[in-house]
Amino acid sequence: MSLTSILLHQALNGLVLGSFYALVALGYTMIFGVIKLLNFAHGDLYMAGGFVALLVLSAISGIVGAGWPGIFLAMLLAMIAVGCLGVVIERIAYHPMLGAPRLSILITALAVSLVLENTVLALTNGQYAAFQTSLGFGGVAIGGLFITYSEMVLVGMAALLMVTLELFVTRTQYGRAMRAVAVDTDMCALLGINVPTVIGVTFFIGSALAAAAGTMAGAYYGSLWYFMGFLIGLKAFTAAVIGGIGSIPGAMLGGLVLGMLESFGTQIPGIGSQWKDVFSFVVLILVLVFKPTGLLGRSEQERM
Amino acid sequence: MASDARVLARLAGPLAGFLSRGIGRWIALALLFAAMAAAPFVLGEYATVILTNALLYVVLALGLNVVVGYAGLLDLGYAAFFAVGAYTVGILTLRAGMNFWLTLPAAVAVAAVAGVVVGGPTLRLRSDYLAIVTLGFGEIVRITARNLPITGMASGLSGIRQPWLFGWHIATPRDFYYVFCVLATAAAIVSARLSDSRLGRAWLYVRYDEDAAEAMGIDRVRVKLAAYVTGAIIGAIGGAFFAVNLGAISPPSFSFSQSVSILMAVILGGMGKIPGVILGAMIVVLGPELLRSLGEFRLLVFAIGLLLIMLFRPSGLWPGRSHAK
Amino acid sequence: MTEPLLHLAGIGLSFAGNTVLQDVSFAVQEGRVASLIGPNGAGKTSLFNCITGFYRPRAGRISFAGQDLRRLKPHRITAAGIARTFQNLRLFREMTVLENVMSGMHCRTRAGAIGAILRLASQRREEEEIRAVAHECLAFVGVADERDRIATTLPYGHQRRVEIARALATRPRLLLLDEPAAGLNGGEKRELIGLIRSIRDQRAITILLIEHDTGLVMRVSERVSVLDHGQMIAEGTPREIQTDPRVIEAYLGSDEDADALL
Repeated sequence: MSLTSILLHQALNGLVLGSFYALVALGYTMIFGVIKLLNFAHGDLYMAGGFVALLVLSAISGIVGAGWPGIFLAMLLAMIAVGCLGVVIERIAYHPMLGAPRLSILITALAVSLVLENTVLALTNGQYAAFQTSLGFGGVAIGGLFITYSEMVLVGMAALLMVTLELFVTRTQYGRAMRAVAVDTDMCALLGINVPTVIGVTFFIGSALAAAAGTMAGAYYGSLWYFMGFLIGLKAFTAAVIGGIGSIPGAMLGGLVLGMLESFGTQIPGIGSQWKDVFSFVVLILVLVFKPTGLLGRSEQERM
Repeated sequence: MASDARVLARLAGPLAGFLSRGIGRWIALALLFAAMAAAPFVLGEYATVILTNALLYVVLALGLNVVVGYAGLLDLGYAAFFAVGAYTVGILTLRAGMNFWLTLPAAVAVAAVAGVVVGGPTLRLRSDYLAIVTLGFGEIVRITARNLPITGMASGLSGIRQPWLFGWHIATPRDFYYVFCVLATAAAIVSARLSDSRLGRAWLYVRYDEDAAEAMGIDRVRVKLAAYVTGAIIGAIGGAFFAVNLGAISPPSFSFSQSVSILMAVILGGMGKIPGVILGAMIVVLGPELLRSLGEFRLLVFAIGLLLIMLFRPSGLWPGRSHAK
Repeated sequence: MTEPLLHLAGIGLSFAGNTVLQDVSFAVQEGRVASLIGPNGAGKTSLFNCITGFYRPRAGRISFAGQDLRRLKPHRITAAGIARTFQNLRLFREMTVLENVMSGMHCRTRAGAIGAILRLASQRREEEEIRAVAHECLAFVGVADERDRIATTLPYGHQRRVEIARALATRPRLLLLDEPAAGLNGGEKRELIGLIRSIRDQRAITILLIEHDTGLVMRVSERVSVLDHGQMIAEGTPREIQTDPRVIEAYLGSDEDADALL
């Protein structure tokens, strides 16, 4: 392979990886926006989404097959189911804790994450589950680069979801309320905005996006695991921080930047793929040290 | 489970009150030490090994308690410092042929430096960021240990020799049990003294109100860093003795779930309360032994227990004044 | 005139493009009781936050006893000799009154982890000193009897005194009081005036206060400065301020009662 085709190939890998990161990072950043909570369980909703989609797909594949139509349907149902799960988690676990010290809320989020992981661990005996599809490996060659149809559809889907979200946030009443709550919750409550509903909608959308990413990742990599949300949760947080936590365009940008960084970073001599995760954490720490507000985050009044 | 916790708390209340006062306290301590000394003879070797593990957890949980229970910082990668201690001892004794006791200060120094490097930049930011950064740091340490030849890659290090102390060869499970008794007692004394000191109070001031603490002339970054590094050092000491006790160490011992187990020990009994943390460590080690029949559901039971504690009794199972609300 | 203890020149501060303070210059002479008044939202507390290092002004200089404060963090400014109280009480919850006041001595002592773990003689001496100073400050403000109670369970007026004691325990040269009379009844206000005077006279501490109760301000202070819409509009003795047309206009223009000035 020529250098150009290697670079193009890595760019494509980075784009696919970045799309997953961006979708999960969006939920992270939206939830952080409205209740200022780092939702540790968010990565596990991605995992849960993958498993729900797998269940749905295995139930309906006899009727619609395991091609794209089946996967879309499974993804849609997984988004609804996990979206509701997100709302339930917020009502049961986070809502009663909103007045509690930050440490307690963070630990509660960790506990929720452990409950989700261990429930799936117990149900799957800790084994990998195969996500069987009939997508095949067809594709087109553009220049020196071979792009599979699956990759095109995945990136297209992710882009579509993000555009829809952007339209929702900027053009609808709920979207505007969500942004307002992120700026000043108390003021919104005074102005008659139903803050608990806005928080619920945010959890629904954020969780649904994570479920969509989980479904796509399952279809793309072909397997699921109870612990798969752990690492992506961390990566999504990194992406959100790179983009500027609380910023929706920032989460999209941060996801893509992190995907590209990982994809190209592992090509640097001496940094093989076994160092990929270390590489992203080092990026995270560097961003926090040198630009904690991220690329698109608003800087607050500087406190000395 | 929550009502169980309440019943337990009601029963333990007067007992804890009695134990914390005057003569009752000395009697209780004397009985406790007598029971600790006699335990290996009464319970046999298997139970001694389990108890040794529980005492290791007491040390680690008390170390993490300085960070979480006193300073109110969430550290999700505490096993990293445990690993730093264990691997420093493993590498220096095996590769450089050093005496175990000489490697201990090295383990402490490496942990302190790692604590400053990770905590220094992070503790300036929102305190929630520390949780994620420490989680990332925990993974960095584990992955690094798995990928480097000097740490023995995935299979880890083995053949770490048991140490001698003034002609006493610390070799049998019973020997190690007594060593860990001493370590756990020392950790409890250190915790108690820190808590009742200028630095211990400063942790609480910063925890309750960072701005007011700054206005009182307290350097919040420095005070938090002191807690983080103190926790790191205690964790590394636990790791060092863990390495010589087992004679072999490998990356899975230092995974995220290890960090979570130690954190659970701190929270279950009651953050910031020394007897509570000791109780929590005992539950975390002995609980799974008792729940063996549950198989894969064992961890789920713990996870749900943790969630219920946070929702219904965030001050933990041990009654009395808590620094956590 | 001698060099002022605190000197602000050309302070500018803005949040997200909104100007909060504009070209504020202001000085406090050592040994004075000075006050800062102005309608709600005039920027008084923001100015306090600039002096104490919680906000970083975008322009101007702040010097205290000849030392430049602009780049110092809040805890360094406290160590340099400026203590403050907060507009909304900010006592450390779940801690006793004595423990709250002991926090003030943190920057005047040094024992660290090693000293505490080994219970060194120097550390024990320091602990005794911290307790003694905290107790003395509590006695000075008159709430020593309540030292073992949880601070946040005290009556409101007493909590205000604990905050003052806590600030005194940092051994300041300048004490900033942010609305110390807010929420106090008439009797408590009279006692507060006495306390402010005795802090200045017996402890030789200069005082700068923000206060809404203009009656109290006029009685207790020797210099009054008026801030309106982020700008210093008047400065002088209480009598000069009461008759200054700009001040009267600033108060009439707001919702507050201009009669309060008289």
